[in-house]
Amino acid sequence: MTQGHAPQKVVPVRHPWRWVTGAILAVLIAQAATSVVTNDNFGWPVVWDYLFDPRVLQGLQNTLILTVLSMVIGVVGGILLAVMRLSGNPIAAGLASAYIWLFRGTPLITQLIFWFYIAALYPRIGLGVPFGGPEFVSWDTNTLITQFSAALLGLGLNEAAYMAEIVRSGIQSVDEGQTEAASALGMTRGRILRRIVLPQAMRVIIPPTGNQTISMLKTTSLVIVIGYYELMVAAGQIYARNFQTIPLLITAALWYLALTSVLTLVQTQIERRYSRGMSRSSKASRGLVNRLLTSGSDQV
Amino acid sequence: MTEPMVRAEGVCKSYGRLEVLRGIDLEVAHGEVMCVIGPSGSGKSTFLRCINHLEKVDAGRLYVDGDLVGYRQRGDRLHELREDEVAHKRRSIGMVFQRFNLFPHMTALENITEAPVGVLGRPKASARAHALDLLDQVGLGDKAAAYPNQLSGGQQQRVAIARALAMEPKLMLFDEPTSALDPELVGDVLEVMRKLAEQGMTMVVVTHEMGFAREVGDSLVFMDEGVVVEHGNPRDVLGNPQEERTQAFLSKVL
Repeated sequence: MTQGHAPQKVVPVRHPWRWVTGAILAVLIAQAATSVVTNDNFGWPVVWDYLFDPRVLQGLQNTLILTVLSMVIGVVGGILLAVMRLSGNPIAAGLASAYIWLFRGTPLITQLIFWFYIAALYPRIGLGVPFGGPEFVSWDTNTLITQFSAALLGLGLNEAAYMAEIVRSGIQSVDEGQTEAASALGMTRGRILRRIVLPQAMRVIIPPTGNQTISMLKTTSLVIVIGYYELMVAAGQIYARNFQTIPLLITAALWYLALTSVLTLVQTQIERRYSRGMSRSSKASRGLVNRLLTSGSDQV
Repeated sequence: MTEPMVRAEGVCKSYGRLEVLRGIDLEVAHGEVMCVIGPSGSGKSTFLRCINHLEKVDAGRLYVDGDLVGYRQRGDRLHELREDEVAHKRRSIGMVFQRFNLFPHMTALENITEAPVGVLGRPKASARAHALDLLDQVGLGDKAAAYPNQLSGGQQQRVAIARALAMEPKLMLFDEPTSALDPELVGDVLEVMRKLAEQGMTMVVVTHEMGFAREVGDSLVFMDEGVVVEHGNPRDVLGNPQEERTQAFLSKVL
């Protein structure tokens, strides 16, 4: 502030069209909302009746468990694959590339069914000396592969292939000078990755990972092909009996929306944590509504 | 004769067909401050990076304090050192980069304590005390909690120097430490380096700061096209260059 100057009067740029379009939109939304609420075909009483139905809640629980565990497998596997791929070791890099090629290159639904029916290919799974040597332990494949474990394998291993590429792009986004500076301090490769590179890569990794998690929440409904019970299956079984298809789909959709909203908030918190020291105005954040209505990836 | 801190014998390095270093012979004594000047692309930074094995030497030998850099000699064969062995040797060689390369997700203090705690296994409390002391020495005692992006370039470079010193190195390498700085910030960094030289630190400094080279340097090397063209007392080399190439270069920069 220079002394001797009266505070300047600044007239901000006016945006009259925002008000006009806003008003038009408000009318349209009110109209749509009224019609949705008053139209009996939506069956709102049925929606509320089933929202907390034990079967729906059981499905919801399974959906959540499947989402969380698949993402854990996906993230851990993805980091492992990305590190293998970027390591100087040609065998590790080749193995990781082959894995990603295979699991990204085939439909998820095929993989789910494949894992579920793997007993048809290998009735027993065991540890032993290869090429017909003695076997130390073995299990019946059908007892190992339940609907749950097949779903988890299918979703998790597939997710790892996608997460590998996300983690790789994150690691590669970190300036090479960081690795050099850390090496010059006598740090070993593993330590540099853990302490220097990955924490910085997180900023790039988290938004697409949030996307993947939200996508996974809904992708879990694919396990219907191997008969595992989750939210969509629960809704499906109920409307198959009472023919209230639309209301039950709305019930499920409301739950998905609620979970997605929660996940979005969690993502914001994690992003904020990893943006430490990254922008001058590190406290910059947008409003809650704004966050919910846009994807996370466009945040600077 | 005691072993010099750095001894280079016929050091060569090429990237594909581009020969960057073509037989460098140099010695840096204990406590000596050697400044290296030369046009860009002359190989001076590459030579510096060879000293702590950030670049592999293709031919010739490089010794730091009598230790062969990057290899172990058995008979007439050189065996490449494992990655952890290389890392172990780098502990005693500090390096300061043109672009600072501070860790942006850590505060100034954490930048300095990271390696002493994580690599040397020092207790956190003593590493912290040492780091605060070093920050004081570089004139940034009040910036311990600041993140790098809250510091000016000159402040970042001084934190980077403190970070390297925290490992208590026997040799410090400076790779154009002031080239990325705004002119008014250069002085503070050079002042820290001058004090370091006065304390007897062995330093190899790649620089464009002729004033620093003249006043602080014990010896001056002019490199061009991958060879040492002239090497001697800074005042002599700068004031009375013998080689034509040195004269041509100095006439442009002075």
